[in-house]
Amino acid sequence: MSDHLQFSAIFAAPFGEQLWAGLQVTLWITCASWLLAMSVGTFLAIMRMSGSGACGKVVTAYVAYHQNVPMLVHILLWYFGIASLLPTGIQAWANEHHGEQIFAVMAIGLYMAAYFSEDIRSGLRSIPSGQYEASRSLGLGYLKSMRYVILPQTFRIAMPPFINHTVLLFKNTSLAMAIGVAELTYTVREIENQTYRTFEAFFIATMFYVLVCLVLMVVGAITAHMTRIPTTSK
Amino acid sequence: MIEIIRDYWQVLLIGQYPQGPLGGVLLTLILAIAGLVLSFPISVVLAILRISPFAVLRIPATVVVYTVRSVPLIMLVFWTYFLVPLLVGKSVSGVTTLLCTLVVYQAAYLSEVIRAGIQALPDGQMEGARALGLSYVQTVRKVLLPQAIYNMVPSIISQFVSTIKDTSLGYVISVQELTFAANHVNSQLLTKPFEVFMILALTYFAICFCLTELAHSFEKRVAKKRLGTQPTLSGTTNDTILES
Repeated sequence: MSDHLQFSAIFAAPFGEQLWAGLQVTLWITCASWLLAMSVGTFLAIMRMSGSGACGKVVTAYVAYHQNVPMLVHILLWYFGIASLLPTGIQAWANEHHGEQIFAVMAIGLYMAAYFSEDIRSGLRSIPSGQYEASRSLGLGYLKSMRYVILPQTFRIAMPPFINHTVLLFKNTSLAMAIGVAELTYTVREIENQTYRTFEAFFIATMFYVLVCLVLMVVGAITAHMTRIPTTSK
Repeated sequence: MIEIIRDYWQVLLIGQYPQGPLGGVLLTLILAIAGLVLSFPISVVLAILRISPFAVLRIPATVVVYTVRSVPLIMLVFWTYFLVPLLVGKSVSGVTTLLCTLVVYQAAYLSEVIRAGIQALPDGQMEGARALGLSYVQTVRKVLLPQAIYNMVPSIISQFVSTIKDTSLGYVISVQELTFAANHVNSQLLTKPFEVFMILALTYFAICFCLTELAHSFEKRVAKKRLGTQPTLSGTTNDTILES
């Protein structure tokens, strides 16, 4: 480390642009894997609540597997393992189109889906069964009562854990650097290797992560407050 | 898959131990246990500071916990990699770096578990102990902490599971734990990545799943013992703090 901190060295060309590109990749992976996680998570929760024994067991196994295996291992499994099982045509296509990013999104998204589905499930459990019975007796089918009555309430109840897990998802996108995704952590390491400005480079990345986490928490808390169901609040 | 296990079980279990450094599952477990044991006292102190009536103590502790919780673990590993040699004045091994990181990271999360445990106790415990003439420190040490920690054993086991999962990051800084060992096997075989990484995932699953089940059974015991005839607390209440 040099005697003086020089943040300008980090932002100077070409590192400033690299940093910006890394930021964009981090945000892109966060958004894409969040959407994947939320849709798969909702699907899993509905499958589990459908009452079918086989579906429930499959979902339980899925959740248990993902909660007990490190995310890094999951990312490595997708990138090295599952990728190698795909037909060569798809592999070649993936190599040309930033395959590592696609596999990272798949791995992170499917991993977090297990957590989101648990959040939704605990939200579902806190809804009185009368809600479901009433909507069924009004003539709505299983899927329609889920869609129009149960799930809207569930998502509102499940806001706080969603926020926590969204923050977790955002932080864990940094693990994608292990398979060479040029996201923020990876970029910062590259810049550090070339400039030897370790402190400055890590400091900027850390500040960015802390900032986004805080923004997510604050926005999440406000949203949770706005969408909370008045009758169940304290 | 069976063949890979038959040929490489030793590397996956203990690394290159008699000839080289200890590694594999054993190093993973040692790191996780050491990480949890060393972070425990720090987390108790942090938890007590966070519920302290004095803002001078409470605010810095809160800032530390929130900062550590908002930084990705991998970033923290790089910070330790960079800062610890500067503080100690000599280079340190990857294992030490990873252990330091785990201690800092787990202390922040564990302190939240312990704080939740203390705050879940009825106010009457504090008031009763104070009324009997115990000082604040004595109350915390002899009345609140023993109860809180007993009630929190299931959450502490869950925390141990996340520590085991977090040790996988050693792979990034070439600590020869389980993930690194599996990657080593993979680069020797070259042709069977799916099988090797599936074995890796299943090994983690086997270890962590047993511990998770242990936590569940202990949770039932604690709930029974504490609440008697009252309805049991839902197991999901602590999840938001625990999953790291």
